[in-house]
Amino acid sequence: METMRIGADVGGTFTDVVLEIGGGDGPDGRMFSTKVLTTYDAPERGILDGVATVVAEAGADLANLDTFIHGTTLATNALIGRTGARTALITTDGFRDTIEMRTESRFEQYDLNLVLPTPLIERRDRHVLRERIAADGTVLRPFDASEAQALIEVLADRPADEAYEAIAVGFIHAYVDGSHERRFRDLLAERLPDVPVSISSEVAPQMREFERFNTVCANAYVQPLIATYLRQLEAQLLETGATCPVYLIHSGGGLINVDGAARFPVRLVESGPAGGAIFAADIAARHGLERVLSYDMGGTTAKICLIENQTPRTAKTFEVARTHRFTKGSGMPISIPVIEMIEIGAGGGSIATVDVLGQIRVGPLSAGSEPGPAAYGLGGTEPTVSDANLVLGRLSADTFGAPGIDLDGVAARNALDRTVGTVLGMDAETAAVGVAEVVDENMANAARVHAVENGKDVAAFTMIAFGGGAPLHAGRLCEKLNVDELLVPPGAGVGSAIGFLRAPFAYEALRSHHATVENFDPDAVNQMLVELADEATAFVSEALSSTGATVTDVPLETERWAYMRYAGQGWEIPVPVDATPFDIVGGELLATQFQKAYEEFFGRAIAGLAVEAIGWSVRVSTPRPPVSRVERVVAVRDVSPNRTRPIHDTTTDTLMEAGVIERSALATSDRVLGPAVIVETQTTTLLSSRQQAVMQSDGCLLVTRTTPVKDEVGP
Amino acid sequence: MSELRHQVMWNRLISIVEEQALALVRTAFSTSVREAGDLSAGVYDVRGRMIAQAVTGTPGHVNTMAAAVANFIEDIGSHRIYEGDSYITNDPWKGTGHLHDFTVVNPVFRTGSLIGFFACTAHVVDVGGRGYGPDATEVYEEGLFVPIMKFAERGVVNEDLLNIVRHNVREAGQVVGDLYSLSGCNDTGTRRLHTMLDEFAIDDLEDLAAFVFDRTATATRERLAGLPTGTYTNTMRVDGYNDSIELAVTLVASGATVHADFTGTSPTCAHGVNVPLTYAHAYFSYAMLVALAPEMPSNWASLAAFTVSAPEGCILNAKHPEPVAVRHVIGHFVTDLCLGAIASALPDVVPAEGAGALWNFQVSARATDPLSELPPREVLMFNSGGTGARPTLDGINATAFPSGVRTMPAEATEQSGPVVVWRKELRPDSGGTGRHRGGLGQIIEIGAATGYDLSVSCMFDRVANPARGRHGGGDGAPGRVHLDDGTPFDAKGKQPIPKGRTLVLELPGGGGLGDCAEREVSELADDRAQGYVT
Repeated sequence: METMRIGADVGGTFTDVVLEIGGGDGPDGRMFSTKVLTTYDAPERGILDGVATVVAEAGADLANLDTFIHGTTLATNALIGRTGARTALITTDGFRDTIEMRTESRFEQYDLNLVLPTPLIERRDRHVLRERIAADGTVLRPFDASEAQALIEVLADRPADEAYEAIAVGFIHAYVDGSHERRFRDLLAERLPDVPVSISSEVAPQMREFERFNTVCANAYVQPLIATYLRQLEAQLLETGATCPVYLIHSGGGLINVDGAARFPVRLVESGPAGGAIFAADIAARHGLERVLSYDMGGTTAKICLIENQTPRTAKTFEVARTHRFTKGSGMPISIPVIEMIEIGAGGGSIATVDVLGQIRVGPLSAGSEPGPAAYGLGGTEPTVSDANLVLGRLSADTFGAPGIDLDGVAARNALDRTVGTVLGMDAETAAVGVAEVVDENMANAARVHAVENGKDVAAFTMIAFGGGAPLHAGRLCEKLNVDELLVPPGAGVGSAIGFLRAPFAYEALRSHHATVENFDPDAVNQMLVELADEATAFVSEALSSTGATVTDVPLETERWAYMRYAGQGWEIPVPVDATPFDIVGGELLATQFQKAYEEFFGRAIAGLAVEAIGWSVRVSTPRPPVSRVERVVAVRDVSPNRTRPIHDTTTDTLMEAGVIERSALATSDRVLGPAVIVETQTTTLLSSRQQAVMQSDGCLLVTRTTPVKDEVGP
Repeated sequence: MSELRHQVMWNRLISIVEEQALALVRTAFSTSVREAGDLSAGVYDVRGRMIAQAVTGTPGHVNTMAAAVANFIEDIGSHRIYEGDSYITNDPWKGTGHLHDFTVVNPVFRTGSLIGFFACTAHVVDVGGRGYGPDATEVYEEGLFVPIMKFAERGVVNEDLLNIVRHNVREAGQVVGDLYSLSGCNDTGTRRLHTMLDEFAIDDLEDLAAFVFDRTATATRERLAGLPTGTYTNTMRVDGYNDSIELAVTLVASGATVHADFTGTSPTCAHGVNVPLTYAHAYFSYAMLVALAPEMPSNWASLAAFTVSAPEGCILNAKHPEPVAVRHVIGHFVTDLCLGAIASALPDVVPAEGAGALWNFQVSARATDPLSELPPREVLMFNSGGTGARPTLDGINATAFPSGVRTMPAEATEQSGPVVVWRKELRPDSGGTGRHRGGLGQIIEIGAATGYDLSVSCMFDRVANPARGRHGGGDGAPGRVHLDDGTPFDAKGKQPIPKGRTLVLELPGGGGLGDCAEREVSELADDRAQGYVT
């Protein structure tokens, strides 16, 4: 029987559900997808509605469902909205305020009225225990069981309405030795068996106490909520007749089972964007692309991710819940493996303003879906990117995908006139060009900066654009970034959910462990790498077991990384580590690898400096299923549009009659010449007068320049 | 359309200098670059006027950098500027205030003509001499002084200079590495600029610079009108190195400009806490920008509105060869000094005084047993007291102002050297009382790891002179320095921590603002429930 799998992505505005029958490992299956509004009070309801829709459309039977894969912003929302459990933090005496003191710096240098994010757990709920482990693992102050018991009584002895629902434990240097944390947890379990406990040496065994403590707090804080939700979801799926295992997508882009997710729910943050990156990586694999710039643009933000060798890179830490205009430092750090990407406040709903310098600014504030852009007529009065696109003819009332929304061009024009046009003395069209250019420039700049951070040049990459807004802006972005090729895959509106279906079973275990080249201890490093591999393998095999497979059936792939730097530097770069255990010259070997990686990042290595490794990670995953390779097709037939409409063309900076073509009407090898828009339910692909699109055999649109001119002039 | 074109190009230029700064941060060795953001990067027109500057962590570079490039053009001589050149200095008076900051400038040529410059600054690990600290009595003792000269000519690096550097600094590999990083990040900026000029099909920066300066000047004038014309004065006493120091300022606001004169300020000191005027200028400009025009970009036109003067011999106008290595300790107080002057004119804007100077210190760890193999180690820690209460908000607990320094995690500190940080947490009751409470300071307790003895270089201010409250608010708690058994420890100078003892630092809190009787009952209750107030 054909496999039947569902991916469900609960996002901030929409819940996307995708059903795939067949496919997965070779020829593509049939795919059915839907978008429903996210139901905040009970997200499982929206999911089940969406599932019912796609199942009915496919004429399938849920009883035959093999896999249900889920990603959700629930954990992120709880962290942003502070709707998690009443949580206590137990920490080493002397460090009660670490999560409040943060980095002792201001994320906005020029704001006298700056407010730092409130700590996740307030001071009164932070308790201390006298114990202390040194940086090298020596016990400086032993764990005293009776003091621990006394503290536990304080934690237990609270009025019912103030009882702790979750407990986080974070001790100094617990990433070196977690025994004190474990002993405290065991004592807690005896006295408070029903309260879930998270310990930092398990959740995030990385050096840097603020980041690690905050991560363990976040895990404990969302744990009751996520555990309850996942159990409800499982039960309700079962009621609908789906008996298959449920998996969660984690921030590192792999699958874990419900038990794993309930224990480490903090790993669920950023799962939606992870799905998008996997989606793009899968397209890259099918098209044999080694260097891809994945570009996802929705209503509020744009996400940009560099994907090399069809594998998104992971970082060791990231920041969630940026409260202040997406400013770096205004959120809270979470130290878990996460697919590395850059996210900026640039979406269809991003609001345009004119600042005190007379400069047009776009975002990061977004009108979201409520009240939405002025053109939605739902009460929004501020001009947004979508309003600009409508005024420029790039969007049109008759082909816009959102159900129940009629775009109002007059409202869009008025909003642009009022906020931008009259202030700067320009007409609404010029104002709209300005807004579109500024948002495109913001995204292009973010992409360049992200590339610099990774020592890459984006011009050598192929762009893959998905998400409702991306295909509309991708062409211009390619021009700004000198990117030659753009792919707009089918299903671009629900890319993340499709990505879920392509994710491997995978887990990455991380640990801080300081190693220098001159004092390299091969045994200690080898043993640690084995422990990390065991930890990661345990997660993967546990998840695999519910599919009926075991690790002996599936050859697991293992990647090892050392995070290294020149002694004295502040940034570490990832250096791949061989499977062969280290021997006595392991340090020199690592140093050589590091020099190579450093050169790749920064162009040159520096001779004669000491090298050190700070962190290590082991990622274990099931192999990526083989994909059917899509061969490039060339244009055979030019499609002439049945209708046209005037669209502002950025290349010539004039209003041009542009073709309007239904994407569904295009067959393989059909070519569309710009200026044109290719429309479908969930998005619109815009071609400038110097661009063309050729339909590929897998339904991707390949957009390239018609004339290889590099010195295009902006507006 | 040229309006939009210029807007997009201005945006791009800011992105280019941010890329330039990022390239530097990623390759720099210096702790203060990566932890404190103690670097800057900018692009200049052909006359050396700064068009755009990256937003980094330190106001100290705000206009020291802006002024620096003009000095380079003058000293190198326009007839000696060639394509492929790179210039360098760490002159405290022509750069950014002390020898540890190296500034590197690269000219940009297009179709054979000079069209502008990229410049950047970073604090390097070492410049030789006595090492980083206030102890020198002349700048000659503070390290190697590199006057404005060529780091590279027509693409060929000045090996003689590098040879001198290598033989005069500790950690030579890292310092030379940083010099290359500085020049390299200017190259990154140059490449990006050419790409932009290609895209927009232009060959110089003149039109764009004129647009940027015109817009900025107009907007800055509008903002400065928010400060009524007139004369404003303030004085502030701080602990200083040997004797306490009186800081004095007279601000003259004309509507379009503000001039600061520091007459009345104490004379220079025998040790390296003296401040070159360019550095005092930076913290004055920063005070005016945060209070009056926080959204203004830092460039030639916005900074031109702020001018300074000071009598010769005053501690805010140190001259060569007076020592200036830790000029930030007094320099950081300039911001509170200048804000205080306009506090009554702008009561809804200006906060109370804060802890001001950072409580940074260097720990020297030496093996207890000289025959043991344990190597000597140096550990640097950055720490902040509380900021002053704001007109509508409490001060911020244990957070740097006006500096942008980040602290280092205790775990990272202990991994880098044989110290144990026993305590690093908020200091209850240290915020000044008021309608809005001052930010709390913090308590730090450190001791030696097994096998080592420690001595600590102290340079702690606001022990004798606490941060003052405003509009009826109470003063912040003064700092305290002592051993764990209560033995006093000097707030200044290098001293050993006796064996078996730990050093306790109680960092000052920020001043309160407004009458404490007006504090909301719920806020008072929360202060107690959370233990901010006991």
